[in-house]
Amino acid sequence: MSLTLKLNGKTHEVDAEAGTPLLWVIRDELKLTGTKFGCGVASCGACTVHMNGEPVRSCQTYIEDVEDAEITTIEAVGEDRIGAAVQQAWVELDVVQCGYCQSGQVMSAVGLLSENPKPSVEEIDDYMSGNACRCATYQRIRAGIQRASVILEA
Amino acid sequence: MTINTSRRGFLKGAAAAGAVLLVGTRPDGALAAASSETAKFNPFVKIDADGTVTAIVKHFEKGQGPATGLPTLIAEEIGLTMDQIEYEFAPSDPNVYNNLLFGPFQGTGGSTAMANSWMQYRQAGAAAREMLINAAAQSWGVDVSGISIQEGIVKAGDKSAPIAEFVAAASQLEAPAEPRLKDPSEFRLIGNNTVRRKDSAIKGNGQAMYAMDVHLPNQMVAMIKRPESKGGIALGFDDSASKEVKGYINAAVLPNQAGVAVYAENTWAAIQAREALEVEWDMSGAETRDSDQIKAEIMAALDAAPTYNVNKADFAAVSAAIEGADKVIEKTFYFPLLAHAPMEPLNCTIEQTADGDIVLHDGAQMPTGPHMAYQQIFQLPPEKIHIKTMLAGGSFGRRATPDADYQVEAALAFVVTDRSRPVKLVWTREDDIRSGYYRPAFGHKVRVGLDTQGGILGWQHQVAGQSIMKGTAFEAFAVHDGVDHSSIEGIADSPYNIPGMALGLTDTPKATSVLWWRSVGHTHTAYTMETMMDLVAEAAGRDPVEFRLSYLSDTSNPDQQRKAAVLKLAAEKAGWGNAPEGRSQGIAVHKSFGSYAAEVVEVSGDPETGIKIERVTCAVDCGIAVNPDVVRAQMEGGIGYGIGHVMRDQITLTSGAVDQYNFPDYEPLRIGDIAAIDVHIVPSAEAPTGVGEPGTPPSAPALANAINALSGVHVAQLPMEEHGVSFA
Repeated sequence: MSLTLKLNGKTHEVDAEAGTPLLWVIRDELKLTGTKFGCGVASCGACTVHMNGEPVRSCQTYIEDVEDAEITTIEAVGEDRIGAAVQQAWVELDVVQCGYCQSGQVMSAVGLLSENPKPSVEEIDDYMSGNACRCATYQRIRAGIQRASVILEA
Repeated sequence: MTINTSRRGFLKGAAAAGAVLLVGTRPDGALAAASSETAKFNPFVKIDADGTVTAIVKHFEKGQGPATGLPTLIAEEIGLTMDQIEYEFAPSDPNVYNNLLFGPFQGTGGSTAMANSWMQYRQAGAAAREMLINAAAQSWGVDVSGISIQEGIVKAGDKSAPIAEFVAAASQLEAPAEPRLKDPSEFRLIGNNTVRRKDSAIKGNGQAMYAMDVHLPNQMVAMIKRPESKGGIALGFDDSASKEVKGYINAAVLPNQAGVAVYAENTWAAIQAREALEVEWDMSGAETRDSDQIKAEIMAALDAAPTYNVNKADFAAVSAAIEGADKVIEKTFYFPLLAHAPMEPLNCTIEQTADGDIVLHDGAQMPTGPHMAYQQIFQLPPEKIHIKTMLAGGSFGRRATPDADYQVEAALAFVVTDRSRPVKLVWTREDDIRSGYYRPAFGHKVRVGLDTQGGILGWQHQVAGQSIMKGTAFEAFAVHDGVDHSSIEGIADSPYNIPGMALGLTDTPKATSVLWWRSVGHTHTAYTMETMMDLVAEAAGRDPVEFRLSYLSDTSNPDQQRKAAVLKLAAEKAGWGNAPEGRSQGIAVHKSFGSYAAEVVEVSGDPETGIKIERVTCAVDCGIAVNPDVVRAQMEGGIGYGIGHVMRDQITLTSGAVDQYNFPDYEPLRIGDIAAIDVHIVPSAEAPTGVGEPGTPPSAPALANAINALSGVHVAQLPMEEHGVSFA
């Protein structure tokens, strides 16, 4: 089927079968490779994108369900002030190691700070629990979110 | 070292083209320099005519930091800021980019990236500095002794110019045979806490390119349908249902019949078409055992006489000493199979160029492995095979297989096509969990005898499990007198001065494909040694720190002193013995990969309703910490990796088939599992040693010791959640 996808502020005509995960349209059709494939079952969060500003797992979001939505990926999230603050904090604290999960971590962190500008440690741990990092950069993810919160307050 | 041969033949042409200064080594190890990219050696440092400096990084980057650390060495020696140096990954060339600790073999592993590059990259940087300074001396007519390079600016008295000014002239000079390395007192970048990772920004904004992100024009995606159990053979297939999938191209039995390759226009089509494919298997030679049976075989081996007397001990005498001891502490341990599960599922892409060359795009941990395998598969000389190393989304050992498993699989999937289209092999998470190479299951049985003063009389230690190294190309390197060192490392070679140590090893039959897993044998030996040390200290009525220190008391033995120092530092920083109300502490210390790490884990709660890991305090001595923040990050990650798996992970087999599928049943450590980690680095003037792995071994036993201190529950069979401990 042919459908229209609104992604990162642009409109894309894509050809994909119903039931195709948004992840594979983003990666293989649009060649935006910042959104990662980690598990395919919404268990690791590496594929997190924003749908109307809310984090969703793109591996379990089907293309026919997003036609009227505004999709934002890691490539564009830095245009928003919260996204920019999170990315700045990530660099300041060298949060990343292998980095493969970090697009998803950043997208979830932006989602958290968008609804809760000053999250407690418990709130961070709760909100970020679906984003796995096999390098275990969790200490710095936590600190990065707290740092981004401070940047946004300034 | 000798001075390189003259290159006057091409100097003129190089100067005309815009000089590039290259500094590296020849295959014989001598420093060499050249003025253009036509040089007959591969460099470590490249300086373009505009002064852009690039470090050629021979180790792949899986997060452990060489893309920052190796450029740091060169920037330090030349006199640059970190912003003035770029990096690119080296091509596959075992003569120049070999790991100096691996022989003529290019590869990353055993936490050796910095240890083997430390002098090599500094020398290359120092040679470039001396050549630039010599060129400036000639140009300015001043003595070299008055010239320095600071932050990329060549300075002499009131004269100064950017290094770009001298690249052309420097590229005409001979490389110095033995350039002067900077004294540590001159270091501005090495050991500097403010030096940031070179790859942070691109990994936070989606620009970082991993092998999974390769999209070559006209590429096909291939997935392999594999048998449920290792050893099954594909006889044929029915793809009538696959043909219903839009984007499906075709399928082919792999030449080795290990599976069926399914080709599609994109990843999603490949996933669906593989799912729909029906394969006829011959399972007569496949593994059929359950993991309980494999465990029983290991346990039986622990009770029999060992095949190998590892440390040539007098077993009978040690046994007799223990029989006559005042107290005997005995424990049997079991460690299950574990998957590596790096975040980026395995993948690589192969293409054939118009010239018939083969190009592999891969997060290549050991490029020489696939490079050699491809010479056989494609019947090509080495120079016709090229490996482009991409960023790797983790590894923990998985991307380094002695048989280059997934790169060979990709090659086999490519050779059965007409080679007109590049083939990108993609593994799913299920492939990774179910078809992987695993940390072998191991068992340990330990009997320790104590004298009436609470001192160790004898330590009888039996180990049984499947050898990682036997039958691989690494056998000659790692197996001596039948003993695979990776099965027992960290026991008899521990710095502890344990009297009456008798170590036996028995190899158990092949259960599945096994592989080194972050810190290799230390994953189980440190757990056994360090939880036993606590149990023995407890039986002796002595404090765990004081008890350990009494076996590290030789002041003339630096190995013991360094181990003792991290133990003391971790205890001090953790407030050992002063845990807050409701919390308990456990400690462990272990040497691995040349480094010493001690960790204190502080827990609350209880094993029935849930243990909470409140804090981990780590002290590490890894020699000179080239990048202290990367060292801290590696300790944090190594601790998480060690603790996450002992909490709840295992791979089990039913009739030879792996029971687990994906993260829901091979649950990764999550953000809430460890509340805080603090890392302290021991100042050192020793050459750098490993940091990727040494953080892992002490973490799990420190947790076990903390749980035991809290509740009296000592977990000797893993994972903990399967053996009486729940986590909050």
